[in-house]
Amino acid sequence: MMRSVMRILPIFSICLLFLVAPLNAAIDAYPFPNDELRQRHAALIDELRCPQCLNTNLAGSDSMIAKDLRREVHRMLLEGLSDDEILDFMHQRYGDFILYKPRLKRGTLVLWFGPFILGLLVLFFGLRFIRSRKTEVAVLSDADAKRLELLIGKNSNREEKLIGNRK
Amino acid sequence: MSVNKSLLIPLVVFTVLVAVLASGFRLEDPHYLPSELIEKPFPEFHLSDLHQPDRVLSKADLTGKVSLANVWATWCPNCLIEHPELMRISRDENISIYGINYNDDSEKAVRWLERNKNPYEFNIVDDKGTLAIDLGVYGAPETFVIDAAGVIQYRVVGPVTRAVWDSKILPVVELLRENAAGSSK
Repeated sequence: MMRSVMRILPIFSICLLFLVAPLNAAIDAYPFPNDELRQRHAALIDELRCPQCLNTNLAGSDSMIAKDLRREVHRMLLEGLSDDEILDFMHQRYGDFILYKPRLKRGTLVLWFGPFILGLLVLFFGLRFIRSRKTEVAVLSDADAKRLELLIGKNSNREEKLIGNRK
Repeated sequence: MSVNKSLLIPLVVFTVLVAVLASGFRLEDPHYLPSELIEKPFPEFHLSDLHQPDRVLSKADLTGKVSLANVWATWCPNCLIEHPELMRISRDENISIYGINYNDDSEKAVRWLERNKNPYEFNIVDDKGTLAIDLGVYGAPETFVIDAAGVIQYRVVGPVTRAVWDSKILPVVELLRENAAGSSK
């Protein structure tokens, strides 16, 4: 009896861990009239970065400002504002930093297109490098060609001799 | 001696990489966010006065002259650090400081001011943090320089020290006063 309890205990405690995980996710409980608003709230606080933290979204932060901003998002959703209007509200106050998906404008062009341009450059120079290596192997100057012929000629003579000796 | 120039490419790439990364290390503070509110009007608000809860303060109470608005709270250790400098500014410098008591308990805030002295002309009770959000505040302390027309002209994130006053705030205040004097002539 005792032994079977001991065997079940670790499995039981691991099962308990799974019970803890969903509890951790519920930080604050806001009442929503319908599921659509609840889902939009979840999506917005997932998309907005906490201004106090360097890389956490509003949903994942426990800081005071993140709590306040989650409450503001909730308030604006209940007032009937659209997602874009809420993102604008945040952007006007906290700037580009608050949006995990930065807007396309002059200051963020490098962010959006830099990686592609770098990739193209690497592709261009990489291909050129590979091509240049191939041509180097193919070109043989006249002098080199003669010398090669001479060397091969000598060796083949020698081989013939060796073969001949063996016979 | 002839050197194959393509052999230098990795060295050049490496040097550029080091330069870029080194400049990243030298950025003063990764927490610093450029303010979106510079040269925008101070947001409208209607909040009560910390010492006279019946009195409703609004933007009109902040405008008319160059002044400072300081976001502070009793839970904020850096506010205690900057407090002596705010006391000195209110005593020695000819400028009003308005307090914005951010996400705080008003009773605690009143006691905190009794204990540490009060450099503020008045304190706005922002217990929900709504004014702070309109100001783009994400922590305390933060200090705003407001011109006579009620436009935000400068923002300091973090404690105001003597060095910050001398090198950052004072030049802005002097410039704003010169401009105001020039335009009224």
